[in-house]
Parts: sequence; C-alpha cells; structure tokens
Amino acid sequence: MACIEARGLRKAYGATVAVDGLDLRVEAGRILGLIGPNGAGKTTALNAIVGLTAYQGELKVLGRDPWTERAQLMRDVAFIADVAVLPRWIRVFQVIDYLAGVHPRFDRAKAESLLAKTDIQRCSKVRELSKGMVTQLHLALVMAIDAKLLVLDEPTLGLDILYRKQFYDSLLNDYFDRSRTIVATTHQVEEIQDILTDVLFINRGRIVFECSMEEFEARYVEVMVGPEQLAAARALGAIHERQRFGRTILLFDRVERHQLVALGEVRRPSLADLFVAMMGDESKAAKGRPL
Amino acid sequence: MNTLSNGGSEHPVDSQAVAPAPRSETRPMIWSVRRELWENRFITIAPLAVTALVLLGSLISVIGLPRRMQALAEDPAKLHGMIVRPLSMAPAPIMLATLMIGMFYALDALYGERRDRSLLFWKSLPVSDLTTVLSKASIPLVVLPSIAFALSVATQLILLLVGTAALLGSGVSAATLWTEFRLFQGLLIMLYGLTVHALWFAPVYAWLMVVSAWARRAPLLWALLPLLAVSAVERIALGSWHFMAMLQYRMTGAMKEAFAFKPGSGGDVDRFTQLDPARFLTTPGLWIGLAFAAACLAAAVRLRRSREPI
Repeated sequence: MACIEARGLRKAYGATVAVDGLDLRVEAGRILGLIGPNGAGKTTALNAIVGLTAYQGELKVLGRDPWTERAQLMRDVAFIADVAVLPRWIRVFQVIDYLAGVHPRFDRAKAESLLAKTDIQRCSKVRELSKGMVTQLHLALVMAIDAKLLVLDEPTLGLDILYRKQFYDSLLNDYFDRSRTIVATTHQVEEIQDILTDVLFINRGRIVFECSMEEFEARYVEVMVGPEQLAAARALGAIHERQRFGRTILLFDRVERHQLVALGEVRRPSLADLFVAMMGDESKAAKGRPL
Repeated sequence: MNTLSNGGSEHPVDSQAVAPAPRSETRPMIWSVRRELWENRFITIAPLAVTALVLLGSLISVIGLPRRMQALAEDPAKLHGMIVRPLSMAPAPIMLATLMIGMFYALDALYGERRDRSLLFWKSLPVSDLTTVLSKASIPLVVLPSIAFALSVATQLILLLVGTAALLGSGVSAATLWTEFRLFQGLLIMLYGLTVHALWFAPVYAWLMVVSAWARRAPLLWALLPLLAVSAVERIALGSWHFMAMLQYRMTGAMKEAFAFKPGSGGDVDRFTQLDPARFLTTPGLWIGLAFAAACLAAAVRLRRSREPI
C-alpha cells in the first residue's frame, strides 16, 4: 500500500479549478517536495490529503479516505499548515497537556526534551513567543508524535534563514527515519533540495514534472560557456539558458557529460534552476497562446 | 535511498510490519472541554465576579439586618418578604449572568477558531468534529449551569452564616432566619431550575452555535437578523405576530412551564410543591426545542468539517 494514492484528484472553488486531475503515488519512506508557483494548487492538494477539504476523484492516505475519516487518520498523520495556526492564547504547558490528553501517539517526554533545547518557557503563551520560537514549538510538538506521514505546508514561511536551516536539520536528524514519509511545500526550494528523495512540480492544478532526486541528478546538468562556445553548446539542445556576467548558463536534459566538459564549466543544477526553466517556459507559452 | 528499494507493492512497508505502538489512554472529550475553559477564561471569571458583586451588595445590607429584625419582631408576617426573599433571590443575578455568558460563548465557539486560523491546528489532531462540537455545546448546557449552582450554593451559605453572625452579635435570635429559610429545599429548587433552563434554552445555544459555524463575518447579525426578518415578513404578509410570540415564549417559557406559581406571590419559588416536572416534560415546546437543538448541532458538526479559516 502506498502512503498516499490519488487518482484524478480534483477540486474547484466556483469557476476556479485549484487541483485539476492530479495522479499521485507516494510510497512510504519518501520525502517529497511539492513545488509550484503561488496559486498552483499545492495547498489545496495538501489540504485534501489531510482531510481539510472535500474533493472529487479518488484519494487514499494510509488506506483511509481523509475527508470522511479525518479524526482516525490524524492518529498517524501530523500536519503543520504554517507557523500562524497555533492558538495565540494557549500556554506551552497547556498545549503539551492537551496533546497528551487527546493524541494516542504523542510522547510528552520527547516534546519536553526537544523544548528544553530551546529558549521557550513552559509558562509562556504562544502570543508572547517570537515567530521563530512558535515554529520551534510547533515542530517540537509534531516531532513528538509518532506519525507515519508528516505534511508540511510552507512551514518556514516568514522565518529568517537561521530558523529555516535549523528547522530542516532537526527534521532530518531527530525525526526522519526510513519508515516515515514527509510531504512538504515551500518556496525556498534550494533549502530543501538536499533532503528530498522525490520532487514534483505542480502548476495550474496539474503535475508538470516529477522525478526522484537520483534521477534528477543523473539527468540534468548545467554548463557555463563563453560567447565563443555558445553555438556549439546550443547545438546539443539546451532546455533553458540564462545570462550571467557575460557568459551563458545552459541547462541540459540527458546529454552526455563528456560532451559538455569540453565546452565550459559543468555544474550540478539546482531544483530552483530547473523550476525556473520549466515554469518560465510555461508562462511564456501561456502568454503566447491565443486567447 | 534509491528508487529500486521503493517497490512498495511487493514489500510491506516497515512501519506496517511492526505491531502498532501501544496507545496511551486518551480522553478527547474531557480535554476538549478543559481546552474551552483555558481559552475562554470568562466562563469562570465572569460568574465569580457577579458572585462577588452579589455578596458585596448583600453584605452591605446585612449591616442593617439586626435593626430590621427588631422591627419585625412586632410583625413576623413581614419577615418572609424582608429577609427570606432577598436571601433566596441572591443567586438570581448569578444564574442570569451564566445564561448570558453561555449565549455569548456559543456565538463565538465555532467562529473564533476559524477567524484566528487555529482551526487548522485543532483539525491536525485526532479529535472528531462531533467531539469538538459536543464539547463546545457542553459549556452552556452543563459547565455553566454547574458553575452557577456551585456559586449560588456558596453565596447562600455565606449570606446565611454572615446573617446569623450579625443577628447573634446584636443579641437578636437567629432562629427565625433558619426556620423560615429552607436551605436544603432551596438547593434542590435551584438544581431543578438550572436543569429546566438548560434544556429549555438548548435550541437557543444550538442556534447560536450553528450560526457561529456558518457565518463568515458578524455572527451576531446572522443570529438575529433572520429571526427579525421572518417576523417582519409574517407581519407584512399575514398581519400576525406568531413568530415573535414563539420567540418570546422560548425566552420566558421555562419558568411558566416548569413551575406552578402561587397567585399574587410575585414570582417567588420557595416550595417543592411549586415544581411541576410532569407538566414541563409533557410540554411540546420542550421537545420541539430539543429536536431543533439536535438538528442545529448536527448541522454545526457538518459545517465544522467543511468550513475553512476565514
């Protein structure tokens, strides 16, 4: 059984189609990054997965229908919508007591030991904590839940780089083991590139690209060439090019590495570069399309 | 990790092969109610404040008690009106306050969590919408009446003891106070009255809760305007006030249906014989109201599942 299995997942708000026939299969033990521009349908897709929104099509998460079985599903799924959803009036010890009272898989000792590493006081209210501390608190609570699936929707939005880095480090070092599955969306693609096992680009409610990170690294390569080599490089069929300091960076898909080494400096592309290459073309194509 | 190790269909996933971790005992209902009390501290603080005011006013009036008791020595018939009645009526403001707090609470119960987006956090936990809605409904239906009862009992005991002390201190016998004021009977009457009101007002609280689950803004307006609109349409179309009369009956009917008043007593209830549970339980208004309340709560459960943060 896959951890998440969706077939023809669709969600429309009035005339706006947020998710348009998504087919998705996420196996247990993977860390999937869902990447797309604003309004691409990422949040809607994640909301459907955690039972927050009704949908059309088929969707099974850990074998359950999230819409009708949210409460049972949430024993095995943890979810961080964004940092602003912890109730501002609650005190740290109250939220721990509450989770221990309602969640069968919450480990109070683990939450407390995680919080002991931070500056968060047990008696503080959430409203008294800084944004970064609220994220630390939320992450500590979620990491203390022995969940099979963790869903993160822009969990580090609005945080400075130190907290963002710490967030993903701690997620990877203290939480992730191969039996858990993580699905995350973020705009800071470069920060999660190294922790992902799979990546999926989504635009206008559809999947436009998906592959594992091994495949990504095997397939894509970038080369930076001077003007004199540009024509030769272009002849190999670059999928995207951009200018930097008078030189051109070309992105190739499935091109023999030794052919490129002769032309210029070969580099590993970032997901962000591939994303820009694909989405940039997409939006250009959209503009060129007759209305 | 490589893609080949990822043949989930042939190999059962590790986490599924392992027996589920032993689950600790959870009590979502109790913790959800406790959560409501943490968030809405006025549920306990406001009745306490009203109790403090009632006690303050009563204690000031106790200063004059021995003088009045001496005056009453000539005319014991007035004793009831001057001493016993204020004592038995002392809890009334507390009960009235808890009714109003209950309505105020119900109107915000399912609106506030959408407004501050904390809904997304609560829904990330294994607590069903049904448990949540029932825990919120229990605040006006169970928790507030219990608080009102406890505070009323405490108020009457304090007043009785202080009154006795004041009388003894000024050399007047306190015996009449204790024989005229039947504490135990009064407690049972209060318990009955609170239960009757909780049941009678259940549709009011449930209506406020369904509006709070539904409204995108201004739940107070959405709670009241439809009622006024229906009434106005009825007035224009049929020239009658039946709907308004029904609303008025809902607000005042509990006393009328559950108690038998002595003619000319001015609304006092101080005798068991005045309780009329049989009539109350056979009043159609009670059961129609409870059915309406159940329908509203069921609608609130469905709305809580589908509504998104505002």
